[in-house]
Amino acid sequence: MSIRLATGGRLIDRNSTVKFTFNGKSMTGADGDTLASALLANDQMLVGRSFKYHRPRGIVASGAEEPNALVNLGQGAHHEPNQRATTTELFPNLIATSQNHWPSLEYDIGALNGFFARYLTAGFYYKTFMQPRAFWKHVYEPFIRQSAGLGKAPDPETRDPDIYEHFYAFVDVLVVGGGVAGLQAARAAGESGAKVLVLEQTAFWGGRAPVDGGEIDGLSPDDWIKKTVQALEAMPNVTLRTRNMGAGVYDHGYVLGYERLTDHLANTRGPRHRLWRIRARQVIAATGAIERPISFAGNDVPGVMLASAARDYLINFGIAVGRKTVVVTNNDDAYRTAIALKKAGQDVPVVIDAREFGGGALMQEAKALGIRVETGRAIAKVKGGKRVTGVALCAMAGGGAMVEEIACDAVAMSGGWSPVVHLWSHCGGKLTWDDEQSFFRPDSSKAPTGADGQAFVVCAGAADGHMHLRYVLQDADLKGKGVAVSLGCDRPQTTLPTAPDSVETPLMPVWLMPANAWDDLRMKAWLDFQNDVKVSDVQLAAREGYESVEHTKRYTTLGMATDQGKLSNINGLATLAASLGEDIPNVGTTTFRPPYTPISMGAIAGEARGEIFQPLRKTPLHDWHEANGAHWEPVGHWRRPYCFLRDGEDVEQAVHREVLATRNSLGLLDASTLGKIIVKGPDAGRFLDMLYTNMMSTLKPGKCRYGLMCSENGFLSDDGVVARIDEDTFLCHTTTGGADRIHAHMEEWLQTEWWDWQVYTANVTEQYAQVAVVGPNARKLLEKLGGMDVGKETLPFMGWVDGTLAGFPVRVYRISFSGELSYEIAVPAHLGRAFWDKVLEAGAEWDATPYGTEALHIMRAEKGFIMIGDETDGTIIPQDLGLHWAISKKKDDYLGKRAQARSHMTDPERWQLVGLETLDGSVLPDGAYAVAPGNNANGQRNTQGRVTSTYHSPTLGKGIAMGLVRHGPDRMDEVITFIGDDGETEHKARIVNPVFFDPEGEKQNV
Amino acid sequence: MSDPVLPLGSASFDGLVEVREIGPQGMITLRGDLSAPEVIAAVTDLAGLEMPGLRGANTAGDTGLLWMSPDELLLLVPYRQAPAAVDRLTAALDGQHVLIVNVSDMRALFQLRGTQLRDVLAKLAPVDFAPEALPAGELRRTRFAQVAAGVWLLDDTTARVFCFRSVAGYMFSLLSTVADPDSQVGFHVK
Repeated sequence: MSIRLATGGRLIDRNSTVKFTFNGKSMTGADGDTLASALLANDQMLVGRSFKYHRPRGIVASGAEEPNALVNLGQGAHHEPNQRATTTELFPNLIATSQNHWPSLEYDIGALNGFFARYLTAGFYYKTFMQPRAFWKHVYEPFIRQSAGLGKAPDPETRDPDIYEHFYAFVDVLVVGGGVAGLQAARAAGESGAKVLVLEQTAFWGGRAPVDGGEIDGLSPDDWIKKTVQALEAMPNVTLRTRNMGAGVYDHGYVLGYERLTDHLANTRGPRHRLWRIRARQVIAATGAIERPISFAGNDVPGVMLASAARDYLINFGIAVGRKTVVVTNNDDAYRTAIALKKAGQDVPVVIDAREFGGGALMQEAKALGIRVETGRAIAKVKGGKRVTGVALCAMAGGGAMVEEIACDAVAMSGGWSPVVHLWSHCGGKLTWDDEQSFFRPDSSKAPTGADGQAFVVCAGAADGHMHLRYVLQDADLKGKGVAVSLGCDRPQTTLPTAPDSVETPLMPVWLMPANAWDDLRMKAWLDFQNDVKVSDVQLAAREGYESVEHTKRYTTLGMATDQGKLSNINGLATLAASLGEDIPNVGTTTFRPPYTPISMGAIAGEARGEIFQPLRKTPLHDWHEANGAHWEPVGHWRRPYCFLRDGEDVEQAVHREVLATRNSLGLLDASTLGKIIVKGPDAGRFLDMLYTNMMSTLKPGKCRYGLMCSENGFLSDDGVVARIDEDTFLCHTTTGGADRIHAHMEEWLQTEWWDWQVYTANVTEQYAQVAVVGPNARKLLEKLGGMDVGKETLPFMGWVDGTLAGFPVRVYRISFSGELSYEIAVPAHLGRAFWDKVLEAGAEWDATPYGTEALHIMRAEKGFIMIGDETDGTIIPQDLGLHWAISKKKDDYLGKRAQARSHMTDPERWQLVGLETLDGSVLPDGAYAVAPGNNANGQRNTQGRVTSTYHSPTLGKGIAMGLVRHGPDRMDEVITFIGDDGETEHKARIVNPVFFDPEGEKQNV
Repeated sequence: MSDPVLPLGSASFDGLVEVREIGPQGMITLRGDLSAPEVIAAVTDLAGLEMPGLRGANTAGDTGLLWMSPDELLLLVPYRQAPAAVDRLTAALDGQHVLIVNVSDMRALFQLRGTQLRDVLAKLAPVDFAPEALPAGELRRTRFAQVAAGVWLLDDTTARVFCFRSVAGYMFSLLSTVADPDSQVGFHVK
């Protein structure tokens, strides 16, 4: 059993107790505990069930590498699954529940899977659930999803109540990791004057050194750390951040830091997480190393733990993970755990050392303390189910024949250490196999390189493979200084901290214990605790032909869980290498991908939630619309009124009212969103002749002309009215969605192709509020407002003029998208609302009716005007739409001309624009296809056209539509059949002229 | 004629920094050859300020010259004087290839004030806001979260931020959100 000892625990405050619950049970921890240490203090050895076999699982590690102790944290809107107990700082009233069991952690019916483990091998699902095919989706997958999996997904109806933010930081040197290596590297770099940022993922500085012991500059590690942190804090060019994990390294020195601001607090204000988006000229990864488990049977029984973790819990939190702890190792370091436990008064029945002759000085020290040491021995298997009750001792060299059973309640294992090379590898740093120390370490000759081809990441200390305090500090000092010099700073003059030399006996690689373990032992020897992958699974994969480590990973799911195989990868690939008879470096590693540990979705989203999830663009009249029943339609980031709902109206009624009011008297439209781009210069006319299909250079000042713009591939891209302001100046109107895009299109051509043409552009879309005054009474309204002559002679159709209306400075364009007498009036945006109010007031006598985008669409469709995005979809050329009149034959060239001459574009089989009317006056379904006889090569019905716009016309009292039909203009009055959304219902429609209303244009020319 | 109305009616927020919508501010876009002596003479004569260099922002009160791009300058003038200033510039540069247009109503302008200024700005824009990287009197055209924006510092604790008028509400909410009093960073300001 695990207990809190009466003394010890450098990170906890024993006088301050913290209450929390686990699976509803009240427990008490100390201030400074992690959830993991608090659970152990309450003898909660069993913390979860495994993914596949629902095996009882306990805490294995003490940090970010923990595979087992994942909990559901919080309740309701604060509920979060898969939180690691080892990195969750305890706070008052924390609520945690364990995962992946039913009905309870203690009695889990899914554990039955364990009895069938012999059949649930690697690839079991792939092999078993292939047939019948339809069963996968409807039977197998729902069943497997129910029984496998980890945390509980949050309730879809809840919303994360916390706030998050981003922070952009630019530094010369980023040090990831605040252990002694990181601190020394930061100090060395900081002394050079470089701007240094140090990130430490935990809440405290110094990493493992205080636990592992030793002496630095004659000080204890704790004292040296304190002194060094103080020195760094005093440097104005150095920033230190705890609870901030270096999550990923990307191209060009871009690094993400994941700062957890309030996760350790009960009552929180301000942002919960902050995502640091860092640009660093150089990155020093001082990320330390992670201890490896040993693969022996029953290595997943609760109570079996990494030796380093057992030491951490003892020294940092004053916890003995067992009253009788067996230590099993292949190296000297684990003796530190035995020694520490013994010195703390705990029983260590035996240290099992796989090496034939055992270790060096540390072994002697353990022996001197009276600890029994068995060399050349191994654990055949761990006894116990929900907690350890003993181990079976055997010879390392054999198959597992037990020589002795030793009672214990915990096992501390150490299979050696692996440098944390993740950040080095994220952006392409390569690894090399260190045969002597049996781990992959960074290959400094193949570093991640930046835009200049130079390395921008170095690893320091244990992350670079230096495992002893003395060399860790030497390396860190060297790397810190080297980075400073590479940035052009003077070589810092810091003195190298000294630590006593220590000689340790080399480890012996142990990838399976005992070396020739029998089948039944290998089937219980876990590699990946979180995804339930055993030695036998990887061996099976190798036998079935999986040679690539990447394929084996996916077949067995080794390393694919939320911990990304931090404990399992090296053991797994060593097992694979042994099975294949290959050397480990020839098998290689899987890819290390960011983030180092999972980061929250909230941190990624940052401030973008709720009201500021996306920018909402508002016209100067937006507030009026909102207050007057606007039924909104998103148009890009704009909101435009689709229609204005009056009391008791539905949307359709409102739209019809707006159309009829406009046609019969007076309508008003907020046209402010339409793009307005000024094009000026001696070459402006020539430039617009290239941009538009028709001739713009011949337009007279004071006049307007409708124009079409195509891409260089000939496809129709945008349309709008161009007004010539003076000899050198044009104002081009674009569609609402086209404003920014067309401005960029203009600038691109000017900057890349026609850079020698004298043309400047300016996008002045938002300078103006633009109000369309539309309908038979439009002129009367303008005359009533007064201030300028808007008569038929002075301001004819397609003319524009500057002036004042009701005292407002205006530019009035007489243009029409409805077929009515129509003026579009531009006023400075800051005056837009006042002008609108004035127009409404003056127009009351004609029932001036604000209308929305749907009425606009219907009225343009009644007139047969095309709409970009309805009649066009990026594959339509103007010729398809019968717009030959807007394509100049006189011009040598325009963008799209050459493309439009290509054979496919001139093919008479291309579908052409026509009007469509159902035989019974009903409305055709939007997007419906017209069918043709026969089937195509895929067995689908042939088609001969489709609907592009379709409405009920209140003006005409019937459905009207436009569509593209093969040979359409030659087939007037022919009836063709469209198929409805259900794929069956037939709609008969007659091909007609697309101009349904006032074909002579008499209404707009009054 | 009515008085000009700001997009947010002079909204303000007090947090890590004080955020205040200001204006109306007369603005004139000038595109042309910024090295041409005639252009330099016309704009410096109008503003009474030195011609700004690369990314420069030379301002005094509601008058200023902002370097927007190698061929674009934004002139700040008192709002009511903008039309006359356009006429004056146009006359002074008659015969030059330039584009001069009054854009006084096109943008929203905010003033941010407070000691936490640089840390607050660094939450929204991928810009190095360190004093040596962005000293007072230098303009950055960038993005604030999801919209285009410009920013320059008048002094170490005062910045002006502008964006397009349509996203004034978004910008104000952004600035207010990241100026939450409980969200101090301590990077630029320790």
